[in-house]
Amino acid sequence: MALSDAEWTAVRLSLRVATVAMIFSLPLALAVAMALARGRFWGKSFLNGLVHMPLILPPVVTGFVLLLVFGRRGPIGAFLAEYLGLVFSFRWTGAALAAAIMGFPLMVRSIRLSIEAVDRKLEDAAATLGANSAWIFLTVTLPLILSGIVAGMVLSFAKAMGEFGATITFVSNIPGETQTLSLAIYSLTQVPGGDAGAMRLTVISVIVSMAALMLSELLATAVARRTVAA
Amino acid sequence: MNLEVEARHRIGTFAIDAAFQSGGGVTALFGRSGSGKTSLINIIAGLLRPDSGRIVVDGEVIADSGRGLFTPVHRRRFGYVFQEPRLFPHLSVRKNLAYGRWFAGIGTSPAEFAKIVEMLGVGNLLDRRPETLSGGERQRVAIGRALLAAPRLLLMDEPLAALDDARKAEILPYLERLRDETGIPIVYVSHSVAEVARLAEQVIVIDNGRVKASGAAAAILGQATAHLPRRETGALIEGLVERHDSAHGLTLVRAGEYLLHVPHLFAPPGHPLRLYIAARDVMLATTRPQGISALNILPGTIVDLTPAHEGSVDVRIACGGNLVLARITALSRETLELEPGKAVHAIIKTVALDY
Repeated sequence: MALSDAEWTAVRLSLRVATVAMIFSLPLALAVAMALARGRFWGKSFLNGLVHMPLILPPVVTGFVLLLVFGRRGPIGAFLAEYLGLVFSFRWTGAALAAAIMGFPLMVRSIRLSIEAVDRKLEDAAATLGANSAWIFLTVTLPLILSGIVAGMVLSFAKAMGEFGATITFVSNIPGETQTLSLAIYSLTQVPGGDAGAMRLTVISVIVSMAALMLSELLATAVARRTVAA
Repeated sequence: MNLEVEARHRIGTFAIDAAFQSGGGVTALFGRSGSGKTSLINIIAGLLRPDSGRIVVDGEVIADSGRGLFTPVHRRRFGYVFQEPRLFPHLSVRKNLAYGRWFAGIGTSPAEFAKIVEMLGVGNLLDRRPETLSGGERQRVAIGRALLAAPRLLLMDEPLAALDDARKAEILPYLERLRDETGIPIVYVSHSVAEVARLAEQVIVIDNGRVKASGAAAAILGQATAHLPRRETGALIEGLVERHDSAHGLTLVRAGEYLLHVPHLFAPPGHPLRLYIAARDVMLATTRPQGISALNILPGTIVDLTPAHEGSVDVRIACGGNLVLARITALSRETLELEPGKAVHAIIKTVALDY
C-alpha cells in the first residue's frame, strides 16, 4: 500500500502539527496542572472549567472561537500578526494552535493526576535536607511526575493527530498547508475513487493512535509504581 | 548546644502552648499520642509555622514571631527523621544518603560518609532501591540521610513506632551509637517509656499541648508521680553490658552490685545501658524464693512506700546501689508487713525487660 505524494504530505503535516502542538503546550500545561493540583486561589474552578472547555464544547465551536480571537481581525490574532509576524489563520501554525488547544485538557489532566499522586511528605523531607523549593521541584517532584508528563504529551499528540472539527473551522482544508491526516481522509471520502486512499490513511491513523494510547498506558503504570513512597 | 523553644499554636480546638529548653544530648518529648509532640517538633523543624513563638539555637534566633523572623526549613540545618522513612523512591540508597550532603554546602567528606554508612550498617545496601529494603533498613538509611546533611540538631519523630519489636531492638543500638559517637544534639519524640529510658538524658513530658514536667530522665521516669500514666511508672537503672549468653539468648548487665539478666541485646560488652523496669513487673518476697523461674532476684532494703491508691502501693527498694520500684497490692503490704528499713528481695522476670 504505497502512499501518493499528496497523502504523504498530509501524514508529514499531521506529524509536524502534532509535534509542535505538543511541545508548545507543555510548559503552560505543566504550570496550569501545578496550579490546579497545588494552588489555592480565587477563580481556581473557573480556570479548571476553562481548561476543560475544549473537551466538552463541539469542536466546531472551539474552531469558530479561535477564528474570532486568533483570526487576522481577531483581537489577539491582529496583535500577533502586527508585532510578531505570527499568523494563524489558514496556516499550518493555526492547525497546530487548534490541535494544542484540543489536546490541552488531556495533557493538563494527566500531569495534574501525577502531581496529586506525589507524596508531599517527600518534599518536606527534601526541605529538611536543605533543598529550597526550586530544587525540591527539580530533584523530587519532577522525577516523580515525569511519567505523567510523558503520558500527557502522548495523549496530546494523539489528540492532535486526530483533530478535525476545530481545525477545519479555523484554518480550512488547504492541501499542503492545513490539510492534516483527518482532513485528507475527509476530502478523499468526498471524491469518487478516493476510498483506497482514505483506507490507507485510516490504517496509518489507527496505528499511530493505538501506539500512543498503549505508550501512555505503560507510562501511567510506571508513574503509579514510582510514586509509592518507601 | 542550647535549644530554646517557645510556641503557641491553635489547630481547630486543640491548642499548643509550650516552652522548654534543652542543653544538648538527647532530649525526649514524651507524651501520649495526640498530646501535640509531633506538632511541636514540626514547629522546631519549620514545617509548621506557629501562631506565635520563638526558637533559639545557641543564641542564634531561628524564628521569632515577635520580630517577624522565620528561617525557612531548608536553611535551618535541622536533620529530621520521620516516623516513616520517606526515602526518595526514584533514587538509590546511595543517592538518598547523599541528597542532603549536596545542599549542606560545607559538605561531608568521603571519610564521614564511610563512617556514617559503617555506623548504621547500610554499606551493603548502597546500590539497592528503597522499595527493596526492609522497614528497619529503610529507617537506618533515613537516619543516615539526615546525618549526612551535617545537621546541627537532629529531630526524630517516633522513628521506631512503625517497626515491630525485633526491628526496634535492631535499631536502638544504632541510636545509642549515634548519641554517643556523633555528639549531635537530638530531640526525640516518643510515647514509649522504654525507648525514652534507654536514650534520653532529659525528658520533657507533653500533655494536651503543654509541658507538664521536665528534667533529667532518671528523675522524671523514676518518680511515682502523675507525669507518667500510672501503668508506666518504674525505675531507671544504669548499667554496663557485662557479657552475652548467646546459648540462652541472654545478656548480662552489671548494675551496681548485681548482674541483671535481660533478653539478648545488640551491644558490645562494656556498652553503657539504661534499663527501665516498670514497677508493675517487680515482685517482692521477704525470704529468698526457691524454685522460681525469674532470673533476677535482688536482695535490698525498703526505702519508702506510697499511700495506697486503687488498692496498690509503690515500694522503693535500695538494691545494691540501685533504686527499684515495685507495685504491689495494699493487701500484700499488710500480709508481708512491709515498712521502710525492712529487708526484701525484688524479683524481676527477664522477659519483662524486653523492648
